[in-house]
Amino acid sequence: MARFSPGDRVRALATDPDGHTRLPRYARGHVGEVLEVRATWALPDETVRGNNRREPVYAVRFGARELWGEGSHAVILDLWESYLEDERAGRKDE
Amino acid sequence: MSGSHADVPVAARVRAFEERLIAAGLVTDDELEEVLAGVYATASPVNGARMVARAWTDPAYAGRLLADGNAAAAELGFTGLNYLLKVVQNTAEVHNVIVCTLCSCYPTSLLGPSPSWYKSFAYRSRVVREPRAVLAEFGLELPEPTEIRVWDANSETRYLVLPTRPDSAADLDEEALAGTVSRNGLIGTALR
Repeated sequence: MARFSPGDRVRALATDPDGHTRLPRYARGHVGEVLEVRATWALPDETVRGNNRREPVYAVRFGARELWGEGSHAVILDLWESYLEDERAGRKDE
Repeated sequence: MSGSHADVPVAARVRAFEERLIAAGLVTDDELEEVLAGVYATASPVNGARMVARAWTDPAYAGRLLADGNAAAAELGFTGLNYLLKVVQNTAEVHNVIVCTLCSCYPTSLLGPSPSWYKSFAYRSRVVREPRAVLAEFGLELPEPTEIRVWDANSETRYLVLPTRPDSAADLDEEALAGTVSRNGLIGTALR
């Protein structure tokens, strides 16, 4: 069961994983919008440890201004559910 | 064996890795050769161009291509893709371009071996940050209102850009239309 749905605003975790990850550094800590659920795939961070942990993967659209502070383009990434939290969860003022 | 670019540092690393696998008895040189030959015998941007030309001439196919890239590829005989194929469509308002910022993921079977610049740190780091400037360096000057979407192939999804059909091509047949599509057009660093 996918935790997020198209249209949801999600934040990529700002953590720096100790090992392999497919969460690019440039997206960490930034907020994007879920476009669609791509598939259910094994989480590479766990695969390299010999574990098979399958979870939903989402196509997430980030605005250039959110990522870089400028620009009008969009960058779309595939992000495993473990890389994401609800946008509101990451706010420092809550 | 991957010995055709032995002067490139990464090729020496790949060869060293192959030799370790062979020494460990996990694979033989002949088996590696067979796999590589199998991939490169059929991998070509002509494949992607054929899919684009079909989409330009058959709106129903275009719909299927955008909905399920793997099934649409299989219709033209490109079966067994080891990735999820997502086709992204250029329009008058939107231009798409693909990259793999983490390494160099690429739909090799449909686009052929990737160009060296696709694997360069410069392309991978800059196109997500300033795509309009990078595309201009490829000779593709997009008007300011055009929305640029950069697709980072950081998972098991591989992207193929469906360029816009040339206006002047009304009387071209499917094969001739395929001839108007370049590898860079399928990546998004050219108009088509």
